[in-house]
Parts: sequence; structure tokens; C-alpha cells
Amino acid sequence: MNEQLKTDPTKPAQRMRAGGMTITLLPWIIAIIAMLLLPKIFTNNSALTIMNQMSITIIFALAYNMLLGQGGMLSFGHAVYAGVGGFFCMHIMNMSDFFAAMPLPILPLFGGLFGMGLALIVGAFSTRSAGTVFAMISLGVGELIAASSVIVVAFFGGEEGISGDRTYAQPFFGVEFLQQEEVYYLTAAWVIISAALMYAWSRTPVGRMANAVRDNPERAEFLGYSARWVRYYSFVASGFFAGVSGGLFAINYEILTEENLNAYSSGIILLVTFLGGVGFFFGPIIGAIVFTLVQTVLSLQTELWAFYAGSLFVATVMFFPGGLAGLIMMHVPAIKLGKWRLLIVPYFKTLLPAAIGILGLCALIEMIFHYRHGATGDNEMTLFWTTFDSHTIMPWIIAGAIAAIGIGIAKMTAPDLKDAWNEANTMGGQS
Amino acid sequence: MSTPALELSGLKKSFGKAEIIRGIDLSIGKAERHAIIGPNGAGKSTLFNLITARFAPTAGTVKLHGENLAGLEPFQINRKGLSRSFQITNIFPKMSVFENIRCALLWSNGYKYSFWNIVNRQRQLSEQADAILDQINLLGRRDLPAGTLSYAEQRALEIGITIAGGADVIMLDEPTAGMSHSETDYITDLIMKVTEGKTLIMVEHDMGVVFGLADRISVLVYGEIIATGKPEDVRGDAKVQEAYLGAALEEEH
Amino acid sequence: MDLILVNLIDGLVTGLLLFMLSAGLTLIFSMMGVLNFAHASFYMLGAYFAYSISLALGFWMGLLIAPLIVGVAGAMVERYGLRRVHQYGHVPELIFTFGLALLIEELVQFIWGKNQMPYDVPDILNFTAFAISGNSIPAYKIFMIFISVAIFIGLLYVLTKTRVGMIIQAALSYPRTVEALGHNVPLIFMGVFGVGTALAGVAGVIAGPVLGTFPGMAFVLGSIVFVTIVIGGLGSLWGALVASLLIGWITTFAKSYNIEMENVLNAIGIATPENMDENMFRDFWSLTSPQIADILPYILMVLILIFRPAGLFGKRTQ
Repeated sequence: MNEQLKTDPTKPAQRMRAGGMTITLLPWIIAIIAMLLLPKIFTNNSALTIMNQMSITIIFALAYNMLLGQGGMLSFGHAVYAGVGGFFCMHIMNMSDFFAAMPLPILPLFGGLFGMGLALIVGAFSTRSAGTVFAMISLGVGELIAASSVIVVAFFGGEEGISGDRTYAQPFFGVEFLQQEEVYYLTAAWVIISAALMYAWSRTPVGRMANAVRDNPERAEFLGYSARWVRYYSFVASGFFAGVSGGLFAINYEILTEENLNAYSSGIILLVTFLGGVGFFFGPIIGAIVFTLVQTVLSLQTELWAFYAGSLFVATVMFFPGGLAGLIMMHVPAIKLGKWRLLIVPYFKTLLPAAIGILGLCALIEMIFHYRHGATGDNEMTLFWTTFDSHTIMPWIIAGAIAAIGIGIAKMTAPDLKDAWNEANTMGGQS
Repeated sequence: MSTPALELSGLKKSFGKAEIIRGIDLSIGKAERHAIIGPNGAGKSTLFNLITARFAPTAGTVKLHGENLAGLEPFQINRKGLSRSFQITNIFPKMSVFENIRCALLWSNGYKYSFWNIVNRQRQLSEQADAILDQINLLGRRDLPAGTLSYAEQRALEIGITIAGGADVIMLDEPTAGMSHSETDYITDLIMKVTEGKTLIMVEHDMGVVFGLADRISVLVYGEIIATGKPEDVRGDAKVQEAYLGAALEEEH
Repeated sequence: MDLILVNLIDGLVTGLLLFMLSAGLTLIFSMMGVLNFAHASFYMLGAYFAYSISLALGFWMGLLIAPLIVGVAGAMVERYGLRRVHQYGHVPELIFTFGLALLIEELVQFIWGKNQMPYDVPDILNFTAFAISGNSIPAYKIFMIFISVAIFIGLLYVLTKTRVGMIIQAALSYPRTVEALGHNVPLIFMGVFGVGTALAGVAGVIAGPVLGTFPGMAFVLGSIVFVTIVIGGLGSLWGALVASLLIGWITTFAKSYNIEMENVLNAIGIATPENMDENMFRDFWSLTSPQIADILPYILMVLILIFRPAGLFGKRTQ
């Protein structure tokens, strides 16, 4: 400890400043390049739609994580801020004179402002405490607004919702946003801007204090900060970005309904955020990408996609509370120690059989489902590019055997993986 | 005569029928190091919580530099220049050691609730935080999560957080509780160093620390102060001897 | 007057049903500090299990066996799921039960499909008990009241008069001390979770035939149960009872009396605007009480949380 006394106190700070710029900018540059190139690789419209949906979910999940991950506030009704922002944008789209004078790319800003407006009102009483009271108020307000969407038809359009046409906006440098690709770039630009702003927010005094209040609200109060005000600022900012995502939803789909407000949507965004990982800024981004893929790609393959998504979610909460981001960041020490190569072979030996075993299990589940719910007489089913009769015994034996053997091997090799993991995370020794 | 840094008059606190603090009058001058001692359950921590508005008093007033603190929230009191530590370590365990100190610096540096400053860019803020880390000997632990520090280091960090904001009245609640001899000496030196020229009020059980640090001592027994004065006077006071100090001193030697 | 009596009975049925769910939920909360989002899912499981059993063994065996299965399932969830998540803190616990609720709904759809099950009132109870000026009261409603009251009395007896109840009450407030006295607190937790979910199962068994047995039934009731215990005060059994009855009656009365917002506003001296079609608030003016009956509990909860965060009978604020 004496040795540390002699270190120059200014040095670490300088090191951080010098390295900080280049290290923090790199992921952003990669992200921008990737977003520019993606539509050149996946050119068809459905791919663009999926990517747009991803972008909207990314913004919403990041906004949600401003509450959950950074502020420690668990909301069960956050969809209303996105939804209300979106509904307002829809009304702006329908105000023909005003909309005709407005370039479309600035519309999400209005969504953000209206989402923020609602958050300003609700936050005034809901952020008094975190924890259960906050969660319950968010649930109550969420249900109230979702329920009133069916009642207040003039604003929410009742059961059908309200729709509009984005192309009535003033052309933006000649672009009228008729093409899906043009909408993609608009959405992508907003993702980059919003993510950058939210990242910057987490580095500001109020953003830092949000973490402090999350960890220990009482201590924060004895440092001169009102925990309630810190929560309020986070809440309002989160409402803004949620509103932006709602505005982008309005532009992409040109229709908003009760579904954009209800508890289901609020639940999904919690699921997405937690799956990605609340502990790291980029967690919700991963969550949004993975979930959208699961939702769109898997739902084409199987009726049971929601069952798999739910299982994945529960497994995440139970075994990896850090989410996917936590799983990735777990490997940082091993990489820093230069021993990550030790993990490759054991991973291969355990995870590959485990994956095959789980696929076998999924096959069994699909077969049970087909057996129980398939139309009578329709005994044929297709699974993993194989067509067979689900009412004969053979497919069951094969699927069962694959599941048992795969998981069996994974269980056998798991101790080796554990040893390798410990070895890779220990300093010294041969590498 | 100058106004005292902290002045308590007629302070009382009851929890239901139990009267824990039974009328305390105490005046602590500027730049004085004042220790509050007393047997377990005498109400020392409750007294601290009353002064810092963690609890509301049943009766009586607390004045900081002559200003009545009644009705103020803890964060408002902190902004007036009173800062405290806790008996049970109360830090931000998931944040880095550096972050802990930096958060403690934000308000007093006028950043308030701003969202237009990026904290990493504030050179002066980082330097200040590093200077404090240096002062409390934790510079080498700078980037570790605070929760992973050793107990003594966490106590040192707790003191660092308490003094960082530049408050002129520092209240420490049993800063050396649960520490070994060498750790206690380290913390005592640290307290000596960081409270130079400031008003210090501390609750402490370790008589070595108390007599080494304090200019004046108050003895709290069953919610009342039975004696206040210079260490040597208190040591000689018959009532104190009887109530508490005798036993404690015997243990000490 | 007669209509009031009919509504009182209907509200009582709804309220007591809510209470069977909220009693278990509030017990689990006060013991473990976790709000079990999946509580209504166990209610749904109760209805489905009872339906499947009733096909083979009849309604009464369903009433007997289904809650037991649900209770065991609940205890397993506590033992192998919740206990594991407990170490990460309260928010992951809440999220876990939320995920569980989603999963159970998917599971139910997987096993029983998406359609409503033809789970009906047993023939022996399918008659009119009595009629109040033309409004017939089915015997099944009386049966529901009887079962709920019996369970409430049983619960009260166990909690206040038996040794197990004493230990549970002590474990509610001082889990550490109770553990130090040599009682197996994790086992008590598991037991309370099991009993709480079994109660929800009973509610499902008897509500299934009247409210419908379909995959969305947990979702419909789930958040209302939450609202109930928040209004009553988290952890308070009496609060849960009062809030359940309150919500039962408020929603029943709001649905049966068609009170229009226009009349209310006129009565307190606000005149109806002339040009209704262009008025921003036209939907607000035409509101009727049946329309908002289902959201009244939420309004009540938000108001309670703002003005009395501990709830009607609650002692602790978080």
C-alpha cells in the first residue's frame, strides 16, 4: 500500500482520457458502417422490415434499460410512453397542412417530446420510491392508459387504432420515403443518434447518480442528491427515447393500435432487455437483435416459438442473471489473461452435444404438439427437413435418443469445461 | 462570540413509548473535534440520525452554523455543509472506488442534475477524486468495484466519500468498528489528516482513538449527556467513572 | 332494493374469489418479500387440472386433487426456481415470476390448445337456489361463497390457533430468529408457497366453470389480484379481504348501474358543451360506468399509492 502512495495522482485520470476516446468510439464506428452496409447484403423487403423492427426495439429497450439497469426501477407499463408518442405522431401525420410542411425525419422527435410529456406527469408521483411501489404504479398507469385506448376513441381510434400515410410529409432532400430502404436509413440514423445520446446520458452527472441511487439511495441523499429527483430525470429521459421509438413505429407501420400500449408490449420489452443483459449499456441492443430474430425467424418455423422464447427467458433469469451481455463479458478476464484459447476445445466438446441434445428435445416437443393438436388423419409432419409420420414409434425413438445422448455427453464433459474455465481465469501457470 | 458549528437544544426522540433521546443540549464549536462516547444502547447512533434528518426529532432543534435544520431533507442538510458516515458500511458496492468518490464530489462541484456535462471530460473532477483516493490510500484500488475491497479499505472509502464533498462539519459513526489494531491506527491517522481545520463529531468505542483525537468529549448514557468537557476532565469525572468509563478503561489497560 | 341485494351477492362472489387468490399472494409476499407474478397462472392451472380430472373422475375429485397438484407444482417452483433466483435480489425474483407466468400460459396452450375448455358446473349444483324478484341466484354461486368462507375460516384458524401458524407468523417478521430457534425456514417458505398456490388452485377449480377455462384466464385476473393486495396493503391478510370485497362490489355495481358521465358532470354543475362532435373530450362526456368498471380498480390503486403508499391496512412502506 505504501508503494501506491508514491503514484502520481493525475496519471490514471490522464490514462483514461487518452485511451478513452479511441476505445469508446470504435464500436460506434463499426455499428455505423454495419448499418450502412446491411441493406446492401440483405436486399429484400422482408429483411428490411425485420431490421427496422430491430432498430425500433433497440431504441425502446435502451430507453427501458435507463430505468431498469441504470436506475433500478422496474416498470410494468413502459409501452404506454412509446405508444402515446406513436399515437401523437400518427395524429401529426394526419394534420395534412402541418405535416406537408414538415420533413419526415424529424417526426420521431415529436414522438419523443410527447412521450416525455407523459413521463413528466406520471413521474411526478411514481418516482417517489423505487421498488415495488414504483412497479405497481407503472402497472396501474399502464393498464389505465391501455384501457382508455378503447374508450377514448377520438384519440386512440378504438379497436381499429389510427393510421396515416408517411409519404404526405414534405420531401426530405427529394426523398419521399416510398421505398422500404429509405425508411431503413431514416430508422438507422435515429438508432445511432438515440443510442449515442443515451450512452452520453449515462456518462453525465445525473446519469452517474442514477447508478448511485440504484445501488444505495440513502447514501446518495447524504451526498446532496435527492434520490427522487435523480429518478425523475431518468424517468423523463427514458420516456423521451421510448417516445422516439414510438414515432419510428408510426413511420414504419403507419398504424397504431391498443397493442402498442398494452401490458403484453410492456412485458415483451422487459423480456428483451433482461435477455440482453441489464448490467451493460450494450445489453439491450443484443437482446433486441436476438429477440427480433427469434420472433420473426423462429415464428416462421414453429407455432411454439413463444414457448421457446419463454423457456429461454426463464433459463436466463435462473442461470445467467447478467443476460447475454453478462455472458459475453464473463470472458473478458480470460481474454485479458491471454488464456481464452484454453476454452475453445472444451466449449466445442460440451456445447455442441448440448445444442444437438436440445434440438432433439425440441423435436420431441414438436412431435407431442403435432400428435395432440394436428388435424385428424394428418399424421405427416416435417421437422429439420425430414418428413415422417408422427403416429409411428420410430421418429420418437430417434428424437429421444438424440436428446438423451446429446445431453448425456454434455453432462459428461461439463466438469472438463469447468476445469478449463477455472484455469483460464487464473493468473499465472502455463498458457 | 462566534456561532457554534452545531448546536442541539432540547433534542428528544421517542419510538412509541420508548424514549431513546431524552433532552440533549450540546454546542460544538468550529474546528472542534468532538467525540461522543457511551455504553451500547445509549442512543449515539440515534442522535446522529436525528442530526442528519434520517429520523425526525420528537422535540427540540438542531442548528448548523446558527441555522435551524427543522423540516429539511438529508440531501438539503448535506448541501449546507454537513456530511456523515455510517456505522454499517454504506458505499456503492457495484460502482468502482473512483466512481464512489466522484459521485461524492458532484454536487459540491456544482454539477447538480446536469445532463450536458460528460463526467469523464471533467479533468478537474477526476483530479480531485484521485487526490482524495491518494489521501485515503486507495489509489491502487481505483478501478475495482467497491464491494470487493477489504473491510478496512471499505471503511476508508466510507470516510473518503464523507469528506469528498468538502463539508465543513464531518460526522463519523464508529469509524474504527470491527478493525484490528494496525487498521485502527491507520484510520485514526487518516481521520486526523482529512479533518484538519474542520469540525468533527464522532461516535467511537475505542478509547485510544477517542483520547487521541478529541478536543472535547461528551458522555451519553440512556439518552442523556452526563458530562461534556476536555478528555482529562471527563476521565476524572466521578459520574462518568461510575457509569461507564471505569469499566472501559480497565478493559483498555 | 332487490337489485341491490342481487348485486351484493354477485359482488361477494367476485370478491371472495379474488380473496382466495390475494390471500395466498399476500402471505407469500409477507414471507419472502416477493410479489409472485405467476400467482394467477396457478389459478389457471387449477382450472385446467380440475377439468382434465373431472373428465375421468368427476367434478368433486377435481376439486380435491387439482389444488393438491397445483400446490406441489408451486412448492417445486419455489424449491428449484425461486430459491435459486433469490440470491440475485428482488428485481430478478419479480422478473422470474413474470417469465414463469408467460411460460405457464404457453405451456397451457401447448397441452390443452388455445380454445376454451368445456368445463361446466356439475349437474348436482346446476339449479336455481332462490330468486329475488325475478333475478335467479344459481346454487353454484352459493357453493362458491360457501367454499371461500370455509377456506378463509380454515386459514384464520391455522394461522392464529395452531403451532404451525405461530411459527409462520413469527417467520414472517423474524425469519433469522425463527431459524436460530431450530425451525427449518426454507421448508416453511416452501410450504407457504405451496399452500398459497394451492389456494389459487382451489379458486381456479371453482371459478373455471363460471368464468371460463381458457389460456387468457390468468392474464385477465392476474393484474387485478396484484391491484387487490396493493390496495389492501402488502402483507396484510385483513387488507386483502377488505380490498377483495371492495373491488368485487365496486366493479359489480359499476356494471349493473348505467351511470353516465354526462349526468354526473351536469349534477355537479358542469353544462354539456353545445357542439359535441367537434369537442376534444366527446368520448369523455359519453363515458358510462360499465365501460370503466374494469379499470376502476387501477384508478383506485394509483390513488392509494399516491396518497397512502402502504395501502389500506399496510404497515410497511418499502
